[in-house]
Amino acid sequence: MSPAGDKDGDEPRPPDTTGMLGFPDPGPPLFSSVTEVRERLAAVGYLADDGIAGVVHLADRLAKPVLVEGPAGTGKTELAKSVARVTGSRLIRLQCYEGLDESKALYEWNYKKQLLRIQAQRVVDDDGSQAASPSARDGVGDGSTSSWRDLEEDIFSEEFLLTRPLLEAIRSSDPVVLLVDEVDRVELETEALLLEVLSEYQVSIPELGTIRAQQIPLVFLTSNNTRELSEALKRRCLYLHLDYPSLERERDIVLTRVPGVTEELADQIARIVRSLRTLELKKYPSVSETLDWARTLVVLGVESIDAEQAKATLHVLLKYRSDLERAAKELAVAGEDRA
Amino acid sequence: MLDVLTGFIGELRAAGLPVSLTESIDAAEAVHHIPLEDRDALKYALAATLVKSSSHWKAFETAFEVYFSMRGPQYEFGDESSSPDGDTDSDSEHRGQAQGRAQGGGGGESLSSEELAEMLFRALLSANDAQVAALARQAVSRFAGMEPGRPVGGTYYLYRTLRNLDLDRVLERLMEAARAAAPEGQLTPLEDRLARDEFKSRLDRLRRELEDEIRRRLVADRGTEALARSLRKPLPEEIDFMHATRDELASLRRAIHPLTRKLAVRLARKRRHGRKGPLDFRSTMRHSLSTGGVPVDPKFRYPRPAKPEIIVIADISGSVASFARFTLHLVHAISSQFSKVRSFVFIDGIDEVTRFFENVDDVADAVHRINTEADVVWVDGHSDYGHALSVFWERWGEEITPRSSVLLLGDARNNYHASQAWVIQEIRHRARHVYWLNPEPRAYWGTGDSILGEYAVHCDDVFECRNLRQLEHFVTELA
Repeated sequence: MSPAGDKDGDEPRPPDTTGMLGFPDPGPPLFSSVTEVRERLAAVGYLADDGIAGVVHLADRLAKPVLVEGPAGTGKTELAKSVARVTGSRLIRLQCYEGLDESKALYEWNYKKQLLRIQAQRVVDDDGSQAASPSARDGVGDGSTSSWRDLEEDIFSEEFLLTRPLLEAIRSSDPVVLLVDEVDRVELETEALLLEVLSEYQVSIPELGTIRAQQIPLVFLTSNNTRELSEALKRRCLYLHLDYPSLERERDIVLTRVPGVTEELADQIARIVRSLRTLELKKYPSVSETLDWARTLVVLGVESIDAEQAKATLHVLLKYRSDLERAAKELAVAGEDRA
Repeated sequence: MLDVLTGFIGELRAAGLPVSLTESIDAAEAVHHIPLEDRDALKYALAATLVKSSSHWKAFETAFEVYFSMRGPQYEFGDESSSPDGDTDSDSEHRGQAQGRAQGGGGGESLSSEELAEMLFRALLSANDAQVAALARQAVSRFAGMEPGRPVGGTYYLYRTLRNLDLDRVLERLMEAARAAAPEGQLTPLEDRLARDEFKSRLDRLRRELEDEIRRRLVADRGTEALARSLRKPLPEEIDFMHATRDELASLRRAIHPLTRKLAVRLARKRRHGRKGPLDFRSTMRHSLSTGGVPVDPKFRYPRPAKPEIIVIADISGSVASFARFTLHLVHAISSQFSKVRSFVFIDGIDEVTRFFENVDDVADAVHRINTEADVVWVDGHSDYGHALSVFWERWGEEITPRSSVLLLGDARNNYHASQAWVIQEIRHRARHVYWLNPEPRAYWGTGDSILGEYAVHCDDVFECRNLRQLEHFVTELA
């Protein structure tokens, strides 16, 4: 059997994955300039600012993963999805959670099938010995050892390998965007799993050898910052901090994402949300909540928001009672003391 | 280019950012792929490769602005009239009435201060960014009174400029103009609020323009490196509690919220994964079914170590108030990690404040209430550790159990009162641990009226706790 074929570590490695000085060769560029990144992302409805577009451009040119950090609901996951859509790549997603391990992230041997295979072999062997024809299969003498070796090679071949997202992204021959979502949820030790994949774009399987990437996938890791990620991981990534968008960008996002919203309403929405974010709240309204709110208002047929309507629909934006009370108070009362 | 880059990385490291060798190689590689004449692109490329934490962004930005500061003819000292390139597109509802007023922003020194203020007001009202920037430049040269070679920081010049411009009054005038422009001469409260926030953000932009301008001039005067040193700001986790300015306190408050969340997650994990317990027979058998009844993968029961009970006794007199506040905030925010948290605050009298933290959503609110409602003054409102401790012992001493850990917060500056150190000794006999956290640098302990030494002998340990990083470290050890 030739289990790994051209991907085996002993074979000369494919020339296109590693360039000089250990920089992986990124292959043909996906984008020609930062402006092009912006335009193409905008075409699929993702409004990137200069920082975002610049990092995506660099990630493609340097063949480096991007670590996207920021508050929840600022479009981290959406960025990866949009990039996949723009480049026509398949999106492979690894959702991280506490307790994620090798067998869920990288690969796993299909031991049930392996067990079946071994038992099938035994049945065949038993038949063979009952028929008393020792030369039937494996030759004479050390028949048992060689059949064991055959069996071992057999059950540790790709047929019995269950690929998990990381390995799948590496093995895929067509372009892939790999999204490792909420990487901060895994334990510190589990992060180490990612390191080989992220820096060398390869996976080592003891029984099979090293599997190298056919093409370099674009990798996005997202983090909600619930804990500090390890230095080793950060060092291997480009870093992008996604914060709440500026007033203008948020308005444009509302305009692109919510059908039927007027420019005036979008402007008002963006401004109210900005005002809310200046208050001291437990949880600030995220972009996705802004969009939900905009949709709600459109459905309700609101043309321009007044204080009453804002108060009545605020629960779409804010999810804590204390936040709601504070916001309602601030929005309604402000100005009265000097009116 | 490489020299410039290495210099810049050196500057970042000096500012306390951890930049590794691989990261600097990445940065060098990254600048190949971007158009170098685009300053913003350079900034983002460097940020993406060198800065790996959002809390370091501010430090990076300052360093970048100074190191790659604008140099060139258009940034010379003298004033040039800037071309009023018309309306930057603004969406403001108050726009329109001030259109067409955007005449020459520069105009040289002939403008009087009043005229300058008036033009600035109009530019702000019409959200004309280009003109605001030009006027900011003028304002700096007129009001800051910058003299070459004078060894003052940028904040001094900024203060002088702002005092002359009086932005609070400008805000009020802008609001009046907005009200006058409204259809019925009256804004609804909501509109009022939104307009105010809009103007505030414009004023913030003006303030940033002023800062930039002052920095540019300082660079021209003193050179990059000298300035970089003087502008270097401590990272939020390294700000000293006792000497924090108001802005720094605000950034500390912002930093403490994510910190509590991280701590809680980390502690919960530590507790769960700390040790392996005894074999869980049922679970092992259940899992063995998928391997044909062979128990390949033994399962263990997780132990449930007892959570400690915390008693915090904090000095909240002026000098150490902010330290006590942050510690109380932190301890209560992660109170789920302890079986019980009780807090006491004192100056010369002592009061229990645990009730303020019960059933509140917002720990910050509770901490604020302590300052106003707790009954902590006995005679004159100067710290008296001795009296506070003995009262504590009388009233609550019985309630300390072998499960309690007692934290004492303060600088032990006792204003030469009696120390009553025997209380600590008694507490220690009853409690599991007694720790003292002191926000003063170690070198000052025991100097002047500090009698930490007398207390320290009875404590299990005494920690220096000057910034968030040290505090975080201590709390991790505690739980």
